[in-house]
Amino acid sequence: MAEKLRFRDPDLAKRIAEKIHEVAPKEGAVKICHVCGTHEWTITHFGIRSLLPENVEVIAGPGCPVCVTPASEVDEAVQIALKGVAVTGFGDVLRVPGSKMSLLDAKAEGAEVRVVYSVSDAIRIAEKEPNKEFAFFAIGFETTAPSTAVEILNKPPENFSFLVSHRLIPPAMKMLVEMKDLNLNGFIAPGHVSTIIGLKPYEIFPKIYGMPTVIAGFEPLDVLFAIYMILKQLREGKPRLENEYTRAVRWEGNTKAQELMQKVFDVTDGGWRGIGSIPLSKYRLRDEFEKHDAHLKHDVKVEHGVDIQHGCRCHLVIIGKIKPTECPLFMKACTPQKPVGACMVSIEGTCRIWVKTINRVDK
Amino acid sequence: MCLAIPAKVVSVKEDKARVDFGEGVLREVNVALVNAKIGDYVLVHAGYAIQVLDEKEALETIRLWNEILEAETVQK
Repeated sequence: MAEKLRFRDPDLAKRIAEKIHEVAPKEGAVKICHVCGTHEWTITHFGIRSLLPENVEVIAGPGCPVCVTPASEVDEAVQIALKGVAVTGFGDVLRVPGSKMSLLDAKAEGAEVRVVYSVSDAIRIAEKEPNKEFAFFAIGFETTAPSTAVEILNKPPENFSFLVSHRLIPPAMKMLVEMKDLNLNGFIAPGHVSTIIGLKPYEIFPKIYGMPTVIAGFEPLDVLFAIYMILKQLREGKPRLENEYTRAVRWEGNTKAQELMQKVFDVTDGGWRGIGSIPLSKYRLRDEFEKHDAHLKHDVKVEHGVDIQHGCRCHLVIIGKIKPTECPLFMKACTPQKPVGACMVSIEGTCRIWVKTINRVDK
Repeated sequence: MCLAIPAKVVSVKEDKARVDFGEGVLREVNVALVNAKIGDYVLVHAGYAIQVLDEKEALETIRLWNEILEAETVQK
């Protein structure tokens, strides 16, 4: 889009930052939570926290799909791979630790594990090798789940099955707002999840919890403006749901994607790494599609895994309770080269994003 | 993971479209989830277009930002 660069206009950014200082309360802390790894990247990369008043804090919630995938589901993928099934998945998920090993560790032991860019690539690979079994590790939030639904309805090849591990964002936001000791004052809602689900699922946050909630895009000005809108709502004492990202998010969302997801998935309770079970936060395949379910096809079921390794504070980083720099392992025992926790593995993990920026600042 | 990148639709054939991410190389993406026409900008996530971008809204957003900032400066 030709006008895209204007979303990074430094003069406009400066003016919005001044407005933020004007509308922010002079006393008392304000804590705004976002739930998207890409928002954390924008905030960290463009130094947005440094533009805010001292009493306004922006924290990162569980917005990294790789990070929240519980060890038990990684263990299932590892078990399937060790049974001789070729497991495909998005890059980072292959490195995320299971209870004992990651998919890449399984690869080192001889299992076949391949990185793909999309589920359609995974299917194309399986079609080329019809005599081999393939399983696709389908992680991701509402942004990604529609592509899985499309391919399930397209009748995938017989030698292909899905480990469906998709998670839903609004139930996680509900969990965060109900954690009283987190003391949240507003939500920046995730723009790309919202392109699919629309605005309605967020209505409860202002209505029931009195939380200003603003859907934001991913340019630095989008995020700055969303922070301004939240602070303005707080100042007026009128919490409401607003959409800053109107160029991509419609009120109703992507209804075509929603219909396909409803056809293919049921919503069920789901475990989130380090957090535990969140009610109605996971997609599972509906019974009529069970022949595509890798759990059933390859007979694996892991109930409990080891989500957090000794000393790791991922479970606190993931809900924004501590900053990565407050973890004793951060950049000591836990580095991008040798990650201990999932938050250091994924390029959308808060720890990993902070490392990149700290390195940039140091240079 | 939820990263989505805008691309311009160059051609459409059933569920597949060739799009330009602005790098001069055309790539094929799946457009089963959207009603994309030639010339539209779509948001592409993991090989699938998830929404058609509204160029008018993009311009409107920037205009509104300026307007709000101006109006509130005057009110002061």
